[in-house]
Amino acid sequence: MTEFNDAFLTAWQLLAISDARLSAIVWLSLRVSLAATLIACVVGMPIGALLAVGRFPGRRVLIVLFNGLMGLPPVVVGLLVYLLLSRAGPLGPFGLLFSPQAMIIAQAVLVTPIVAALTRQVIADEWTEYREQLRSLGASRSRAAATLLWDGRFSLSTAALAGFGRAIAEVGAVMIVGGNIDGVTRVMTTTIALETSKGDLPLALALGFILIAVVLAINAVAYAVRGWAERHWG
Amino acid sequence: MSGNPWLTVENLGLTEGGTRIIDDVSLALGAQRTVVLGPNGAGKSTLLRLIHGLLHPSAGALRWTQPLSQAMVFQRPVMLRTTALANVVYGLKLKGHTTNECERRARQALAHVGLEALAKRPARLLSGGEQQRVALARVWALEPELLILDEPTASLDPASSREVERIINEIAASGTRILMTTHNLGQARRIAEEIVFIDRGRIAEQTPVAEFFTQPRTPAAQDFLQEEMP
Repeated sequence: MTEFNDAFLTAWQLLAISDARLSAIVWLSLRVSLAATLIACVVGMPIGALLAVGRFPGRRVLIVLFNGLMGLPPVVVGLLVYLLLSRAGPLGPFGLLFSPQAMIIAQAVLVTPIVAALTRQVIADEWTEYREQLRSLGASRSRAAATLLWDGRFSLSTAALAGFGRAIAEVGAVMIVGGNIDGVTRVMTTTIALETSKGDLPLALALGFILIAVVLAINAVAYAVRGWAERHWG
Repeated sequence: MSGNPWLTVENLGLTEGGTRIIDDVSLALGAQRTVVLGPNGAGKSTLLRLIHGLLHPSAGALRWTQPLSQAMVFQRPVMLRTTALANVVYGLKLKGHTTNECERRARQALAHVGLEALAKRPARLLSGGEQQRVALARVWALEPELLILDEPTASLDPASSREVERIINEIAASGTRILMTTHNLGQARRIAEEIVFIDRGRIAEQTPVAEFFTQPRTPAAQDFLQEEMP
């Protein structure tokens, strides 16, 4: 029990002095996951909107596919991106393996289906409400998709935050393509996994607290944004 | 029927799930202001949607004497999550007007419906009546040759209804053809030149407005008027 208490105490101390090693890890985590989420939104939101509004062969199959890919295991994504980026892989010449860029790519692959599937849901609901009006005004389907993406921006912020939450919390993909190199590709989740297995509980715990705080903050922001939007735009 | 028909509807039919919603409708529309009346579920809204092109008929055809630019106002106004002004601008932008032209015409249209003071307000936070007036401004700005309205005052209080009615009359006065449905017989009487009475997906009669309300030709219309007007 004393060991447990000591771990907590040291963890708080690390947080209190904002330990340089700790800060670097947190900063890299945020940077990688934010970049990955941004890419996922740029790619996934238009895909989601077109799946909701579009009429093309294979649409249903794609919807099922993206919904299914929401549950993609991070280690599998890590493995696939690893194969792509490894020296012999098609993207090998870029030499990205074991870099933050590789981690961004892996997380973007992981999160894009989530953003796309959630976006499709939001836009599909809007489409039932707006469909006749937009068609009456002469909007093409792609124009309607763009309109609804903008109109649903507040609901879509939830999709983006869900994607970010998934990215920041996953460990398998970044572990494989990043390699968990100290000072280079070590993020919060991979550090927790490593330090726990090494027995350095204070650092792992401190990072755990931060991770929980980040995830809670995401939900608070999502809630606040929606409330604000509801009051200001209806 | 007054004037030459601008639209001839030939044997129009719409069947959905084995039910004939519109059943072999033939009709020549020539009046400038036509109101479609009929009991609930008679197919009034469906007929308007077919004419507007939102639905595709399963039989028959629409023959336009000349192609008319159209716009439609729905029972429940659909407002984008932006300002009232931007909602009006949106319709104009889709027609390819320049940004300046859009802004100018949108402001003018909002002034016509008495909402210039609310131009910068979020449209979805306006009252139901104000939203419907924004919807009217949105179509008015497009200067359509035919304006279709599907029960535009059904969910509004009497004061808002009167305002919407005033606006419809003004749009009509600018030369736009009006084709609308309503549940408000007083409104039908004030707006229409001609009544199309529809019952169970079929046209029962097409009669000048004064005649329709004093001596309807069909028993169905007589029953309808008796029930709706105590």
